[in-house]
Amino acid sequence: MKRFDKVMSLVMVSAIAVSLLAGCGNSDAGAQADNAASETNNEAAASETDTTEADDNSAAADSTASGAFKIGGIGPTTGSAAVYGVAVQNAAQLAVDEINAAGGINGVSIEFKFEDDECDAEKSVNAYNTLKDWGMQMLMGTVTSGCSVAVAEKTSGDNMFQLTPSGSSVDCVKYDNAFRVCFSDPNQGAASAQYIGENSVASSVAVIYDSSDIYSSGIYEKFVSEAANQPFEIVSAEAFTADNKTDFSVQLQKAKDAGAELVFLPIYYTEASLILSQASTMGYEPIFFGCDGLDGILNVQNFDTSLAEGVMLLTPFAADAEDELTQKFVTAYKEKFGDTPNQFAADAYDAIYAIKAAGEKAGITPDMDMSTMCEAMKTAMTEITLDGLTGVGMTWDASGEPNKAPKAVKITDGVYTAM
Amino acid sequence: MKKWKMTKTAKNNFVTYIIVLIAYIVVQILLKSGNMSSLMEGLLVPLCIYVMLAISLNLTVGILGELSLGHAGFMCVGAFSGAFFSRCMDGVMPNGIRFFIALLIGAAIAGIFGILIGIPVLRLKGDYLAIVTLAFGEIIKNLVNVLYIGKDNNGFHFSMKDSISLHLGEEGQVIVNGAQGITGTPHDASFTVGIVLIFLSLFIILNLINSRDGRAIMSIRDNRIAAESTGINITKYKLMAFSISASIAGVAGVLYAHNLSTLTALPKNFGYNMSIMILVFVVLGGIGNIRGSIISAVILTLLPELLRGLSDYRMLIYAIVLIAMMLFNWSPKAVEWKDKLKEKYFSNISFRKEKEVK
Amino acid sequence: MSFISYLINGISLGSVYAIIALGYTMVYGIAKMLNFAHGDVIMVGSFAVFTIVSTLGLPPVLGILVAVVICTVLGMAIERVAYKPLRNASSPLAVLITAIGVSYLLQNVALLIFGANTKSFTSVVAISPLKLADGQLMISGETIVTIIAGIVIMVCLTLFVNKSKAGQAMLAVSEDKGAAQLMGINVNGTIALTFAIGSALAAIAGVLLCSAYPSLTPYTGAMPGIKAFVAAVFGGIGSIPGAMIGGILLGIIEILGKAYISSQMADAIVFAVLIIVLLVKPTGILGKNIQEKV
Repeated sequence: MKRFDKVMSLVMVSAIAVSLLAGCGNSDAGAQADNAASETNNEAAASETDTTEADDNSAAADSTASGAFKIGGIGPTTGSAAVYGVAVQNAAQLAVDEINAAGGINGVSIEFKFEDDECDAEKSVNAYNTLKDWGMQMLMGTVTSGCSVAVAEKTSGDNMFQLTPSGSSVDCVKYDNAFRVCFSDPNQGAASAQYIGENSVASSVAVIYDSSDIYSSGIYEKFVSEAANQPFEIVSAEAFTADNKTDFSVQLQKAKDAGAELVFLPIYYTEASLILSQASTMGYEPIFFGCDGLDGILNVQNFDTSLAEGVMLLTPFAADAEDELTQKFVTAYKEKFGDTPNQFAADAYDAIYAIKAAGEKAGITPDMDMSTMCEAMKTAMTEITLDGLTGVGMTWDASGEPNKAPKAVKITDGVYTAM
Repeated sequence: MKKWKMTKTAKNNFVTYIIVLIAYIVVQILLKSGNMSSLMEGLLVPLCIYVMLAISLNLTVGILGELSLGHAGFMCVGAFSGAFFSRCMDGVMPNGIRFFIALLIGAAIAGIFGILIGIPVLRLKGDYLAIVTLAFGEIIKNLVNVLYIGKDNNGFHFSMKDSISLHLGEEGQVIVNGAQGITGTPHDASFTVGIVLIFLSLFIILNLINSRDGRAIMSIRDNRIAAESTGINITKYKLMAFSISASIAGVAGVLYAHNLSTLTALPKNFGYNMSIMILVFVVLGGIGNIRGSIISAVILTLLPELLRGLSDYRMLIYAIVLIAMMLFNWSPKAVEWKDKLKEKYFSNISFRKEKEVK
Repeated sequence: MSFISYLINGISLGSVYAIIALGYTMVYGIAKMLNFAHGDVIMVGSFAVFTIVSTLGLPPVLGILVAVVICTVLGMAIERVAYKPLRNASSPLAVLITAIGVSYLLQNVALLIFGANTKSFTSVVAISPLKLADGQLMISGETIVTIIAGIVIMVCLTLFVNKSKAGQAMLAVSEDKGAAQLMGINVNGTIALTFAIGSALAAIAGVLLCSAYPSLTPYTGAMPGIKAFVAAVFGGIGSIPGAMIGGILLGIIEILGKAYISSQMADAIVFAVLIIVLLVKPTGILGKNIQEKV
């Protein structure tokens, strides 16, 4: 037994040595194996893989002399947050394919590669490094806030342009190379409180939030502090955690006992769908009010949409909006991935188009180095105006925050209607 | 005869040190010559962290013989105490000294938690002990998630509800912000520091194993009643092993906190999933086999990264490989087959002499 | 009034934990292994019912039957491929780790087949809620069914283990595998049967879990699985009535802790109570205290 362990350990050590070498720099074997695999799995990228293979040998280290822009994406595609990462991956791929079909950025096509981070900051940094080895020039990511903060540290060190579609916590864009498409958490919390107060939606409000989630607790805190200036009262504020999100009877019971007319849900739609169904079982019928995380609730497969009747949400995107851009996007997305896109998908789609717009404004070329490109993009981002899925006339300022108006929508008869 | 045996143990330990040293030198050469990919470079510190976690858990599982499913809890305690110190003292003292003190604080606080938790837990046996350690790990994670600490001119403020109830003054700054954790911890961790810490942990653990205390601990593992009847103080030695193991995990936590700028206690990094992952390193590497733990921690950390090329199938393949490796390493049939194979091919090679060291 | 209402909610949640814990305790009691993949077998069962009822539009009864068959086969296959080769391994931890591998495997297969999007499960229970005290208190149909199912399963299992020949064989195997074999008991067959029963129970638990909390993802089973494991330990692992009691108590503690102490610290409270119980009674509420022999 012990002797064999020695043999085994020798074998394993050599395996590591081999893998280290394979992972190193410009090793052909590693890079090509990667490409071969992504070719089989990612049909959408199939048209680009042949160019990738040729580029890899020269471009990995300094990403020059490549015939295409290399944009990387990071987000969870496995693990319990996979639903957000997959949406971003799909929508970004869709946008990239559209742009490439229309001639690319400044006539140069885009290569897009998405890496999984399992919603873990450490894995996210690994994913970032993998993409750097691939020769990434700009980063569209990461999807979740915690990872985004960790990766922003690296991108700012490398001076790489970063645009996060959905990293909403304040620290995601604290460096000047980082921008975001979604609203920031404080922004949403304050906007929600103002909306409820100014439109006199309710006078007594209960909050149910996820205290273990950055997004949710960020919105909650700002909501509470803004509520002090508004003509309504918070009568109950109850939390749940990532490990305890199946039963919401207590939180709902407390809201009901406190006589709340409105329940504010700064959470994601997965939990919200459970809250709605449990409230209905309890016979509690307040107004439910949510933020952009709630978008997607109508598209939960097999969800009884009558439960969501009357739910209000502040969201920049609604999958059944009537405008042409949204319709086109939703149809294309459904056709390709068989799902209705959620707000994350819309953010990612806009992110890719924002990169395109800024790239054209800055006149970037693929042979620029990462840092020069970042400088050019940084300036250009503040100069563009984008009509996207998540807002018309979006602009960015140097802080990285987008300027766009949240839309308040209400669910009536199973569809969103603007208020 | 006895003397010969001692040197063999020493030789065995020496090999472990040499492997770590060679790994360090090889990596340094690759780094200096620019042949290291960014991914590998980024993985160096996490590898050190997982190696430390694996060898420290091996002390509890392999040497003390108790199953612990709450190891990530100690890492969490170390990470948060170390990061908290660094955030408070950033800029007040030189970086190197600050990081060194942070490491000591992480080790000390995790060690204290080890003793506090160890006193009640170590009275239990087997699976019940495992579930209680899991419970403690989850409690730690849960409490860290509702912990709010802020600092302003009046000193520290503390709350278990939310950051609003800290009532900070004008200049106030929230340091530990509940689920949002600690952000902006200075990036002090490096591969060299990691390797030094691994050497230190190895030194502590290997010397402990081969000391009088270590033999006492192993005698408890092998037969508690016999050990007790020969006058060994069971509680003392159990606590000793448990708290040393906890404080090494705490040091790994400090390293973790200083490697990423954001520190949050998620189920992913400090929950029972992580504890189980560390246990996987230990079991796959061989229970009680310190060198095996190092190797399996390295392999299992690298594996999902090297499988990135498989995109969607990555974690699936990882799971299959894990099951296959477990069957290959542990199934009595496979062990028998491997023994036969060894007899056939390696019978005259010097490995033979080393058999049954432990 | 609100206290009674919380209590009812606690029992609802606890009944779900209890029914999962029954399967856990069954496998642990006989095969002496912590089957970490149990929660994921539950998830597979739920997906089977979801596919048959919601996607194919077939009647729920058929869905449950198919799910039970699928889970039984799956459970036996897992046992055969991943656990049996390690039964006589030099450390009992080996099979624990393999179970974790199986858990990852099931989650990732489900992720590839069904995708990461949340599915909303249609309750298979058609009973309308029971209203008490002018509608101020409400017991949902799912709770009633889950509790009845739990009690029926508990009684059946106890009878099966204590009265039937196969059940007696299970007890013998759990007591001493070697001796059981010498008495002419087919140890492999008995353990396979245990897994079959445990997995069939997982399918039923999955259906009831998702009927009560209608949200289904590849990770649905993980957390309830761990909670049910805690419940099983709470009640005394290996004890069938203990699992039932442990589950319901765990649910009540969780809900009351949320209601009266802090909703953020619900898990910490549950685990703290568990620790206290185990320190007072080291083998759980109904666990047998086996004297250690020298």
